[in-house]
Amino acid sequence: MRVAVIVFPGSNCDRDMHHVLTDVFKLQSQLVWHTDDLPRNVDAIVLPGGFSYGDRLRAGVIAAHSPIIAQVKKMAEKGMPILGVCNGFQILTESGLLPGALLKNTSLSYICKWTEIIVKNNKTPFTNRFKLNQRIPIAIANGEGRYYADKKTLHTLRKNNQIVFTYGEDINGATMKIASICNKEGNVVGMMPHPERSAEQILNPKDAKPASMIFESLLKTLGVTV
Amino acid sequence: MSLTPQESAYLEKKIGRKPNPVELQIVAAEWSEHCSYKSSKKHLKTLPREGRRVISGPGYDSGVLDVGNGYVVTVHIESHNHPSAVEPYGGAATGVGGVIRDILSAGTRPIAILDGLRFGDVEKDTHARWLFKNAVRGIADYGNCLGIPTIGGEIEFDRCFTNYALVDVASIGFGKKERLIQNRADKGDYVVLIGGSTGRDGIGGSQFASDKLESENRSAVQIPDPFIEKLVIEAILEARNQKCIKAMKDLGGGGLSCAISETSDALSVGIDLDVALVHKREQNMSPTELMVSESQERMLVITSPEKLHALKEICEKLRVSYSVVGRVTEGNMMQIKYDKDTVAKLPSDVVANAPLLDRPASVPKYLEKISSIRKPKAPNLSQTLLRMLSNPNIASKHWVYTQYDHEVGIRTVIKPGQDASVLRLDNGKFLSVKIDGNSKHCYVNPRQGVIGCFDEACRNIVCTGATPIGMVDHLQFGNPEDSEIFWTFKESVEGITEYAKYFEIPCVGGKVSLYNETDDGPIKPTPLIGVLGIIEDKPLIPKKAKKGDLLVMVGLTKDELGGSEYYEYIHDIVGGTCPAVDMESSRSNQEAVLEMIGQDMTKAVHDCSKGGLGVAISELCITHETGCLVSFDKIPSGRLAEDELLFSESHSRFLLIVAPSKIKAAKALLEKRRVKHGIIGKFSGKNIVFKNKTKVVASVMVDKAQEKWLNSLGSLVSHG
Repeated sequence: MRVAVIVFPGSNCDRDMHHVLTDVFKLQSQLVWHTDDLPRNVDAIVLPGGFSYGDRLRAGVIAAHSPIIAQVKKMAEKGMPILGVCNGFQILTESGLLPGALLKNTSLSYICKWTEIIVKNNKTPFTNRFKLNQRIPIAIANGEGRYYADKKTLHTLRKNNQIVFTYGEDINGATMKIASICNKEGNVVGMMPHPERSAEQILNPKDAKPASMIFESLLKTLGVTV
Repeated sequence: MSLTPQESAYLEKKIGRKPNPVELQIVAAEWSEHCSYKSSKKHLKTLPREGRRVISGPGYDSGVLDVGNGYVVTVHIESHNHPSAVEPYGGAATGVGGVIRDILSAGTRPIAILDGLRFGDVEKDTHARWLFKNAVRGIADYGNCLGIPTIGGEIEFDRCFTNYALVDVASIGFGKKERLIQNRADKGDYVVLIGGSTGRDGIGGSQFASDKLESENRSAVQIPDPFIEKLVIEAILEARNQKCIKAMKDLGGGGLSCAISETSDALSVGIDLDVALVHKREQNMSPTELMVSESQERMLVITSPEKLHALKEICEKLRVSYSVVGRVTEGNMMQIKYDKDTVAKLPSDVVANAPLLDRPASVPKYLEKISSIRKPKAPNLSQTLLRMLSNPNIASKHWVYTQYDHEVGIRTVIKPGQDASVLRLDNGKFLSVKIDGNSKHCYVNPRQGVIGCFDEACRNIVCTGATPIGMVDHLQFGNPEDSEIFWTFKESVEGITEYAKYFEIPCVGGKVSLYNETDDGPIKPTPLIGVLGIIEDKPLIPKKAKKGDLLVMVGLTKDELGGSEYYEYIHDIVGGTCPAVDMESSRSNQEAVLEMIGQDMTKAVHDCSKGGLGVAISELCITHETGCLVSFDKIPSGRLAEDELLFSESHSRFLLIVAPSKIKAAKALLEKRRVKHGIIGKFSGKNIVFKNKTKVVASVMVDKAQEKWLNSLGSLVSHG
């Protein structure tokens, strides 16, 4: 089983994600530079957080035109589990793999804190071990994390069960407190909070078990027994 | 700015001729106070630098400490005061960038940032507020983008910083000992400039920083680009892994002049440099401009001819600009060319070693004036306690640290807002770090003030269960040519030396920043102390206090309100007796607390400092969301008035939360170790109550205290 963690210039959660996948959940994972080809035997892809291209122009917009994104799109069409975290989520919306956009937080400030998100879709490859409405203590850290979509898109999101997590509080002005969405098929998930920062008990001031289940869901999806 | 007549004469004598204009500028940059430490160097020699964990090598820009299992921690501290005072966003951001590169230049990955910020009266002075907000934003935008967590720091507001700013940044690095850069060079090696392009920003920055702040010289402020810095970090670390780096130096103050002369001097080699080859972002830059520009995000790397190709490939993969600008030669001459013309040729040992000065020192006259004060009449102490909690110097700084990514890197075990922050290391150990300063104490008593800062930083890391292993200092004063100011500097250095020697904590790095003055005068003496501690087993992660848990106090409360927040914020009194550290009891108190933590006798430990006992107990109650009943007669102290007991800032005191089941053992341990202690309170209810026998001295609701403490600073800055 192999998970590719894509590294863009300016990615800075790539090594954290790699550590959690490899050392904590014993998945084979590999850092892949954005101009390299996706390895052939990949089973899942993660776009990690950070500041690809220094957030120039707009967060995620330049990385969305990286050579590797064309390959990621192909894999998305084939139904491969793909997770974008924070800047990875921004890259997914900028590349059109997910609808909507991520705008500046209403406070206009970067926000780094612990909060709770609520499971709204437990059918995705990253949430299939959760109960609906289960709460997850999790870290957020972003300046442009306010999810926005127009009415029509929101309607579609709801109709297709594409809202994956919502915040337990109004943290940044996100539409419907959306923290995470997926594509219509459910295999591509983008989320602003950082599961890789929240899945080890020593780092999580509350409880790391719920956030761990994001990775355990992936293990289940890939057929690894825990 | 150029050289003094004495310095010019010295230079001419050393090189046997008159320097040409380019040479003069190179030397002036390197002989600036900022780069040369010419006023301070003689005195800094007293600091103890040896220790069993200290690894020293030639030309390191940061301190290196062995943390076992083949790993090292590096640390460095710097300030960016002048730039931040005129352009807070860029000044603070480039301050972060500079210190990060010092960590990088040892061959270690930067894993944390801490910052110490100082501004004028943020409550009344909107300019101070503007400086504060933008400096915070500058640090956040830069550090967040790099993916290096800003894990802690401290903030102080004082009228002495009006129209000015102190922005100190410390950085921590981590890596394998075997990968430390060895810093050696041989004839024929290549000199490569990697990273940001060179422009006209930051021209003369080091001299600008070595003078009183008179003009808003914005062109002397460097322009930050964290994205380039991030790429430089990754490129350098990859080059390190591939063994492409024989020696390395960050380009900071003094630009190429400083980097070339210091590298050449430290490695005892000569360097031939062609500045025409430097990659630039502006046209027609003169050789002098190229030599003294302080454009950011640049590293100087020395590589062997065999490894040059691999180094180039790494830079090209990461799209980091570079230029091969010179070769290493025999001897010790730095020869600067522009194409074919030699524009400067100087012996690097002369350039890198400015003639040192013996500055006169005399006891400041103000000290006598403020030594005795009339004690104020105590106001209503409940209301005073609430005012103290909303005092910007005391109120929670969460408005600041929630703007910093303090989690990236997934090492931050104890987060900002606690006594000290704790990082997990790859060898299973934990690193605890804290920086502390207190200009108010240091003004009232420069020597005891700095000893207190040192003690406070040690106490903070002890609260997490750590033992101190090393320290860095940052000495910030006004114009050293003023003998009274220079005396305060000397006192500070002596104080640090005294404490460091007593506690056997080696000084592994530091920085001196002088000429911190505006037209309104000098800043108060503001030395900053950073302490690193190691936790072999596990840190004390605070557990919530329950109803019935006991509050234990370790340490003696004395009549020491000089320089306290109570005197200055509530009564506007500057002066009196500043807290003094009793080294022996400080050591026993620290050791006793560490033993209690080791034996799992305590749920949480909190340092008692700014704002005294009243504030420290309130902070505990706020964080643990519980009330507490405190008995004054149980507090270890001499005969003190009620306000003195509540707000005195005596050092070496700790507050511990102990469960009833552990109290007997805790008491036995403290008695056996003969430390002053008392079981001074019990947690319960919704009020923080201080009682003197039957009389209620002060009582505030936890909710109310929390609202004041938590929101004061944020609402102050978000409304203007």
